[in-house]
Amino acid sequence: MSEPPGATVTLPEAPTSDEPSKTLTAQHVLPLRRPGRWIATAVVLVLVAQFVHGLVSNPFYQWDRWGYWFLRPTILDGLLTTLQVAAYSAVLGLLGGIVLALARLSKSPVLRAVSWTYVWALRSIPLIVVLIFLYNFSALYKTLSVGIPFGPAFFSFDESKLATDMVVAVIGLSLNEAAYAAEVVRGGILSVDQGQHEAAASLGLPKGYQFRKIVFPQALRSIIPNYVNQLIGLIKGTSLVFYVSLLDLFGSAQTMGSTYPGDIVPLLLVVTVWYLILTSVVSVVQFYVERYYARGATRSLPPTPLQKLRAGLTDLRARIRREAAV
Amino acid sequence: MTTETLEAPADAEAATVEVHDVHKWYGTHRVLDGVDLTVRPGEVTVILGPSGSGKSTLLRVINHLEKPEIGHVSINGELIGVKRQGERLKELSERAILTQRGRIGFVFQNFNLFPHLTVLDNVAAAPVATGRLGKTKAQELARELLGRVGLGDKTGAYPRQLSGGQQQRVAIARALALRPGVIVFDEPTSALDPELVGEVLAVIKDLATSGTTLLIVTHEIGFAREIADRVVFIDGGKIIEQGPPSEVLDKPRHERTRDFLSKVL
Repeated sequence: MSEPPGATVTLPEAPTSDEPSKTLTAQHVLPLRRPGRWIATAVVLVLVAQFVHGLVSNPFYQWDRWGYWFLRPTILDGLLTTLQVAAYSAVLGLLGGIVLALARLSKSPVLRAVSWTYVWALRSIPLIVVLIFLYNFSALYKTLSVGIPFGPAFFSFDESKLATDMVVAVIGLSLNEAAYAAEVVRGGILSVDQGQHEAAASLGLPKGYQFRKIVFPQALRSIIPNYVNQLIGLIKGTSLVFYVSLLDLFGSAQTMGSTYPGDIVPLLLVVTVWYLILTSVVSVVQFYVERYYARGATRSLPPTPLQKLRAGLTDLRARIRREAAV
Repeated sequence: MTTETLEAPADAEAATVEVHDVHKWYGTHRVLDGVDLTVRPGEVTVILGPSGSGKSTLLRVINHLEKPEIGHVSINGELIGVKRQGERLKELSERAILTQRGRIGFVFQNFNLFPHLTVLDNVAAAPVATGRLGKTKAQELARELLGRVGLGDKTGAYPRQLSGGQQQRVAIARALALRPGVIVFDEPTSALDPELVGEVLAVIKDLATSGTTLLIVTHEIGFAREIADRVVFIDGGKIIEQGPPSEVLDKPRHERTRDFLSKVL
C-alpha cells in the first residue's frame, strides 16, 4: 500500500466480488434497523388510544357530572381539610422523625431502645387502628395531666375540649409519620461520610453547628426522595381521617355519594384527579428542592425540564440538518 | 504557583507539642505502645513508618479525634482532651475539647472538604461557627488564605469542581483559618495523582519555612529529607528511632528502619 500506515483503512478485496474496494474514511455509520421496537411502539399506542377512547366515550364515567362536582364548595372544603391535615402531619412527623433518628443514633442505650421501640410499634399498628384508638382516647382518659408518675400533677387539661377531630387526625397521622420519617432521616444521616464528621470535629465546630450546617444538609440529599415518597403516602393516608368523622376530600365525596348515589363514579373521579394534582405538585417541588441540595454534590446541576426541552430541540434540529445533508 | 511566601498568621504562636507515654488499643489490638515525643515550636517533624504502624493514630490522638487509653498529649503545656484533677486525669466536656481542637490544624488524606459549601465557605466556616470572626471578616481572611495557596480565583467553586491537588490546598487554607499553633498532615498527598503531588508539597514547604510547628505523616522520602528538622520512624506502635534526616534516612541505626527505607526508596 502506498498510503502511510493508519491513515486510511481499506476493505480487503472480496475474491468473489468484482466491485472495487472503497475507503471507509469519512463515512457515516448506518444505524441498525430495529423493527421490534417499532412494532412494540405501535401496539402500545393502540392500547393507549383504546383506553383513552373508553375513558372519554363510556357513559359510565358521566364526565358532565364530574364537571359539575369538580369545583363544588363541599369538595373544595374537603380539599382544604386534606391539605391542612397533610401539612400539619408532614411537619410534625418530620420533626418527630428527626428527634427519633437522633435518639436512635445517640450513645445512650435508653434513648436508642425507646426510639427503636417506638418505630417498631408505630410501624406495626395499622394507621386506621391508631386513628380510631385516638378517637376513643378521651373515653379512656378523661383528663390529661403533666406530672410525676404516681405523684402530683403539675397541670392538667380536659381532653374533650382540646381534642377536636382535626387534632385527633393530625396527632394520629403525625405519630405514624414520625416512625417512618425516623428511618428515612436516620438513613440520610448514616449516608454522610464519616470523614465529614471528623473534619467538622477537627475544626472545632460547635456540635449544633456540625449537625445543622454540615451533616444535615448533606443527609438531605438522600432524605428528600425518600421523604417525598413518604409524603405522598401521607397525602393519600389522610383519606382515612374520614373514619374519625373529619370531612376531608375523600370524606366529602363519600358523603355526597351517599346523598346522590347515581354520582358515585364521577365523585370518585373528582377525588382521583385532585389526588393526582396534589401528587404532581409535590413531585415538581421535589425536583427543585433536590436540585437545590445537589449543589456541590455533582459537578454541574441537573437541567430543569425547560433546559432539557431546549437541549432536545437543538439536538433534533441538528439531526434533521444532518439527515438532510446526507 | 504561590504568589507570596506563606507566613505564620500574626496571632498564632508556633506551639510545643508533647506526647507523653501514649498507649492506644483498638479492641485487643495495640496500636500505640508507649509513644513519647516532644516537638519544639517551629520544628518540622516527619513521621515515617509501614502501614498499620500507628502513625495516623498518633496524629489523631494529638487533636483528640482518638482518646488514648493511657498517657496524654499537651500543646504549649495545656493538656488536650483531659484535665488534671489531683493525681488523676479527667475527661473534658465535648465543648471544651472542640475549643482545643480549634487550635490544631488537621489536614486529612482525603481532604474531607464540605462538598455542599463553596471553597470560600469551607475556609470561612470555622472562624464564623466558633464566633471568633464576623462573617465579613472571616470571608476576608478566607480570601487572603486562598490567595496564599494559589487559589484566589476559585473562591466560588464547589470542592468537587476542583482537582485533588486544588482540594488539598483548600483543605490547608481551611486549617490555616484556625490560626493554629501546630498543623498536622495525615498523608496529605497519598490520594493524589502523581502530577498533582508537587503543588501540595510546595504549599507545605512554604509553611515549613514560615515557622509554624508541623507534624507530617508521609511516604514522600525525598520531601522528608528536604524539609524535615527531624524524622521519626514508627513501627508496631513504638518510636524505633528519630533524629535529623541525615541520620535516620541516610545512616539508620535500626534494622527495621533500614528494612523499611529499602522498600520505599
